[in-house]
Order: sequence, then structure tokens, then C-alpha cells
Amino acid sequence: MSERLLIAGGTVVDPAAGTARPGDVRVEDGCVVEVLPPGTARADGATLVDARGLLVLPGLVDMHVHLREPGYEYKETIATGVAAALAGGFTSLACMANTNPVNDSAAVTQYILDRAKVANGAHVYPIGALSVGLAGERLAEIGEMHRAGIVAVSDDGQPVMDAGLMRRALEYTRLFDLPVIAHEEDRHLADGGCMNEGVTSLRLGLRGVPAAAEEVMIARDIALARLTGGRLHVAHVSTAGGAALVRDAKARGLRVTAEVTPHHLFLTEEAVSGYGTNAKVAPPLRTPADVAALRAALADGTIDAIATDHAPHHEDEKAVEFEHAANGVVGLETALPLALRLVAEGVCDLPTVVARLTVGPAGILGLPAGTLAPGAPADLVLVDRDRKWRVEARKFRSKSRNTPFEGWEMTGRAVATFVGGRLVCDDRPAAAALRSAS
Amino acid sequence: MAFTQRHLLGLEGVPAPEIIAILDTAASFKEISERDIKKVPTLRGKTVINLFYEPSTRTRTSFEIAAKRLSADTINITASASSATKGETLTDTARNLEAMRPDAIVIRHPSSGAAHLLARHASCPILNAGDGCHEHPTQALLDLLTIREHRGDIAGLTVAIVGDVLHSRVARSNLHALRALGATVRLVGPPTLLPKETAALGAEVHHRLEDGVRDADVVMMLRIQRERQGANYFPSLDEYSQYYCLTEEAVRLAKPQVIILHPGPLNRGLEISSAVADGPYSVIMDQVTNGVAVRMALLYLLIARSKSEGASEAAADAEPVAEPARRTGARA
Repeated sequence: MSERLLIAGGTVVDPAAGTARPGDVRVEDGCVVEVLPPGTARADGATLVDARGLLVLPGLVDMHVHLREPGYEYKETIATGVAAALAGGFTSLACMANTNPVNDSAAVTQYILDRAKVANGAHVYPIGALSVGLAGERLAEIGEMHRAGIVAVSDDGQPVMDAGLMRRALEYTRLFDLPVIAHEEDRHLADGGCMNEGVTSLRLGLRGVPAAAEEVMIARDIALARLTGGRLHVAHVSTAGGAALVRDAKARGLRVTAEVTPHHLFLTEEAVSGYGTNAKVAPPLRTPADVAALRAALADGTIDAIATDHAPHHEDEKAVEFEHAANGVVGLETALPLALRLVAEGVCDLPTVVARLTVGPAGILGLPAGTLAPGAPADLVLVDRDRKWRVEARKFRSKSRNTPFEGWEMTGRAVATFVGGRLVCDDRPAAAALRSAS
Repeated sequence: MAFTQRHLLGLEGVPAPEIIAILDTAASFKEISERDIKKVPTLRGKTVINLFYEPSTRTRTSFEIAAKRLSADTINITASASSATKGETLTDTARNLEAMRPDAIVIRHPSSGAAHLLARHASCPILNAGDGCHEHPTQALLDLLTIREHRGDIAGLTVAIVGDVLHSRVARSNLHALRALGATVRLVGPPTLLPKETAALGAEVHHRLEDGVRDADVVMMLRIQRERQGANYFPSLDEYSQYYCLTEEAVRLAKPQVIILHPGPLNRGLEISSAVADGPYSVIMDQVTNGVAVRMALLYLLIARSKSEGASEAAADAEPVAEPARRTGARA
């Protein structure tokens, strides 16, 4: 591909450098050539992309999504998940292994990659199962999956209760320098709970999951990371105590990273008060004090990444009694505006929040993404920071509608997404559409 | 008329005047059950469905008698006889029942929030006859009516509720309603069944039976579920009984004119001794009698209200369920 682009007039955010300033991005052969001071670039035959009034960001990276294929195509397919991602500004996705069959073999890994190639949009990076069948008993063939292309291992959704197995996983993955992503929830403490344990669960008569269920597992796995020298990545931290443990581990120089979801940054257990199943997630939504601590941890770098845990479910799996409803929310199409809201609310500055959506997760998984450095793939997203819109799940590109943010008034959204210099999603007003400069 | 509820899903957040309106109506209906011909035509031509997903003799019978004394037609659906065992969802069941145009649905279900779910899919009034560990509002209302008959004004009374508070829908409904009417509520039980957050609900928390019942005006015993001992909430039923069985000795710590309530069915010798259950301060049979009156009152109030709204307000029924409790509640 020899097309050349000049994305001109926008504010370019470079999360690696921590800057946001006016600039023009020159793209050639699918890669970033350079970022120039405004007005210094000449179109010189390139296709001019008018980015005036827009932010120009590296394509976003979501290191925790469920694309449901193979096996649960009624919830989502790789194609629909990728479409949702591109609409939300994400150009790289790491998808979890809880498909059917489980991604615990190179064959399934290869299948996912093949389907992603057909979807022909965002980059899809499979995460392999830690244990065969996610059963928590025997290590999956991590090396073979690594050869096929996995970027991490995880039994996500199925906490690894066997500390011995977790120890071996953290040790063995050092061979491939793969992170082990852990859903930290002690099953005995969670005990079938379906929301945060506290006064709200008591009031609603629902079984609660105490914060300690997460904290004891994070503490255990940090100890195992120290024992083994392995790379631990804590998925969707939900508690103040969990964030504090990660902060402490990092201060001690351990190879520990962490992510947080937008819903844990914006919602509390009160969201389930009317037994609304679209706010049922695992780990559960917690308290205002937890939300404040997670925001602080995001700002100070304790938490490296914002990850959506995009978990599509069919309406029928949510239109049931609360305790029987499926866990999870879709997140790809609401994450970016919520992240921008963090900036508006003074949680952190724009380059920092963009870093948590780009270089943060890309660094953990070792992906060639999240930067506008010369030679980087031209995965870019143009963002209209002022565009006001209302969340209407029926308009999602995702196949599923299970959002807890229905009806929220958002400010800011992705308006054009490029992958490898190719425009793959365009939501700009017609007047600003691509025009060619001779 | 102070009564404005569309459904009776719970008592959390229901204001005192509405509770009093229900109790007053129930009191006026009691006389019907004393007549030779125990039937009035108030709900003639109305259909009440009793949808029971849990075994229940007392509550289901009480609802059925209440509806029949008001001349409503009643249909009982029990989980074993319904399509629940064939895997139909509650949502689908609600839609199907709705299509048959009932005037009220009474639901008992093992999942907390089931009545809310039903209310989202049905336009007729929903009466919660017990949802999981959440609420059992008609039980609390019959308890209140019983207390009021024996002790007069509920404001200022001290009521001790003893047992498995964690899993008790009876305790929750009573706590909300008693507090709304100005009573002091003590919750009593072992720490495993009475989590530390309980105080935030506005109750006094006691772990020793003796502390809980001392100088109480009313003692309400909760039924202990035998399956709890397997889940390590306490070591054995025998040990539970040693600490929490209401004996005559414990009753003597309460006020002399104390009354004893129990929602039934009784585990005699486990949470309550036979001497207490059958003793002079026991009002357990009054509770059962009042259960019919309270359920007559609620069927009347809810069906009459939905009828008075008429077809012109049918559209309003499609709106989300009014949940007065939800926004204000526990944060205070």
C-alpha cells in the first residue's frame, strides 16, 4: 500500500512523551513517517485529512475483551466485536480465552487469528488459557499457543484457586516472557455472590462478594510473582485494597501490572439497586471509596491500563432473576468518552489517560501499538472532544446491548479510525469527509 | 386515602401514612372473617393469580382465602405444576400471565428481586409474597397489625428480631416498616448471620439473646433454616439453640407485657421453646388471623387503585416500576 496521508490541523497526543500539541501527522505505506509542527507540512500529493478541531491519538488498545468466537457467536463475533472496537476508537484488542472450544490450543489460537484476518479491521491478539479447559488443573500448551501468536495467558473469569498451579504458570511463562493475567477472586470468599458485599447487598437480600475476596488473591499472587520472577497482570482491579497492594508491589520492584475498567471507575454498587442486571459484573461494582482509590491509582500509575472487559451477553441472559443473570457489560463503544470524562473531572490530564489506553496496555502485552513514533503502524483515531451524544445501546455496532451506561450524556467520541493508514471507520460530518488535495 | 402504591414489592421507603392506611383498611376487613357468610362482593369479577415458586402453605392459603372472601377468582400456580420445571423464564411466564389479563399477581420466589422483575413485565399490580432474602412485606404488615392490636401505637416500642437476619426477608420488611412507624428495632443473632453493616440499616445490633430481649416490648423470632449449619454459619443446630432459643427464662428479661411473634412454621425447641410458643404472651395465632385481613386489604387497595386509574392511564403502566425506596434509602 503506497497511499500517503497528511492528517493536518489537529491536536496530536503523544502518550509516550506526555504531550498534547498542534501538529500534522504524515503517513506513508501504512506507517507514521513523522509528526510535524502545524503548518510546516506540504500536502505534496498526499490525501489531506482535515483534523481541525480534533484530537489525533494513537489507535487505542484494549487488552481485555471477550469476542465470543468461536462458540458464542449469538453474543458477538470477531467481526462485530472488531466493528464495535473501531467505532469506539480501538485498533488493537486482546481477546480472552473463554470461548467454546476454549482457546487452550494452537489450533484455536490460529482459528481466532484467521477469523480476525477475515474481519479485516482492528488487530486481534489472542490470550491463551492458562489451564486446559480453564479447569484450573493442568497447564495448557502455552508454548504452542505462543508460537501461534498468543500475547498473554489467563483463565479469566475462572480464578486460579490452586496456588501451586499459579506458581508454575508464573514460572513457566518466563520462558516466553508472557504476562499471566489474573482474575483475582477467592471462590470460597465469593461463595456464589452476585454483587459487592456491604450494606447494599444486605438491603437487597443478595449474596455479596467481599472486597477481601479480591485482596487475598492479589496478595497471594504478588507473593508468587516475587517467588517466581514471573509477570503478573492483575485484571480489572475493583477495590481500594487491591490497588494498594499493586502499588506496594511496584514500589518493591516486582513485575506486577494492573488494569481497571471504565465501569469500576464510574459506577458503584448503587447501580444494582433496582436489581438492574446490566450492572451485574465480576468483580462487582464497589463503593464510592473504591472508585476514588481506583481513580487515584490510575492517575499515579499504579494502574497501567484502562481495559473494558467488554463482555457481550444476549438479552435473554440478562432478562432473568438477578442472581441468575450473566456477569458482564459491553464497553468498547463507551470507554473513550468515559476516559475523556476522567480528564474533565480532573482525575488526570489528557496525555495520561491516553497513555492508559495506548502505551500502557501495549507495553504489557508487547504490542507494536499505542505510539506515533516514526515507523509505527499508522493506527490512528481522530476524536471530537466536544461532540455531545447520548448512549443508546440499540445503535451499538456490538451484537449485544448490555451496557450500564444507557441514556448517559457523553461528551467526545471517536470520529475516524485508521488502521495501517487505512480509514476503517468514519463518523465525521459529511462536510469534513476526506477530500483530496491535488 | 393515603395509599398510592402501584405494586407492593417491599416496604423499604414506603412512608408511614401509607403503611397506616393499609393497617386501617385491614382492621376494617377483619370483621368479614367473623361473619357467618364470610364473603363480600368487593372484587367480584376480578382474577388473582398466586404464582408460587417456593413451597408455602401458610402464605399461599392466606392469600387464597383473602381473595375468595372478597369474591375474586383465584388461580394457584406452583413451581412444580407450572412450566418452571420445563425451563420457562420468569420473564416469559410474566408475559403469558399478563396476556390472560389478571387483576393482580401474587408472587413468591427464591430469588431476591423476582417481584421487581415480574413488575417490569406485567401491567397489573404485583404483590410480593416473599422474594429470596429480600422482603416479605405482607408478613411484616400482619406483624404490625398484630403488634398494634396488642400494644397500641407502634411509635416508641422496642422490637427485638432474633435469628438469621442475614437471610430473612421477614426481618428486612419488618425493619423498614417498624422504623417508618417510629419503633426502635434491635436485630439479634450470631455475627455470622448479622453482618457488621447491619447497623447502617438503622437497627441496634446485639449478638447475645439476653441483651437483645432485655426490656423489649415485642420479641419476634425468626425461623432458622436447617441448611445453614452446613454452610458454617454456626457449628450445629444444637449449639445455635443453646444460644438463641427463646425460653421462658429469656422472656422474663423483656417487659412484663411483652408479646412474642413468629412468622412460622415453628421449629419447636430450636429457636423457640414450646412453653413460649404456646404461652400467654404468644400472639402467633393472631398473626395468622391478621394475615388474611392484611392480604384482603392489599388486594382491595391495589386492585381498586389500578381500576380507578382506568384505561386512560394504561400507558403509564408501561413506565418503569415506581420504586420509592431505591433512591433515598440506605445512604442516609
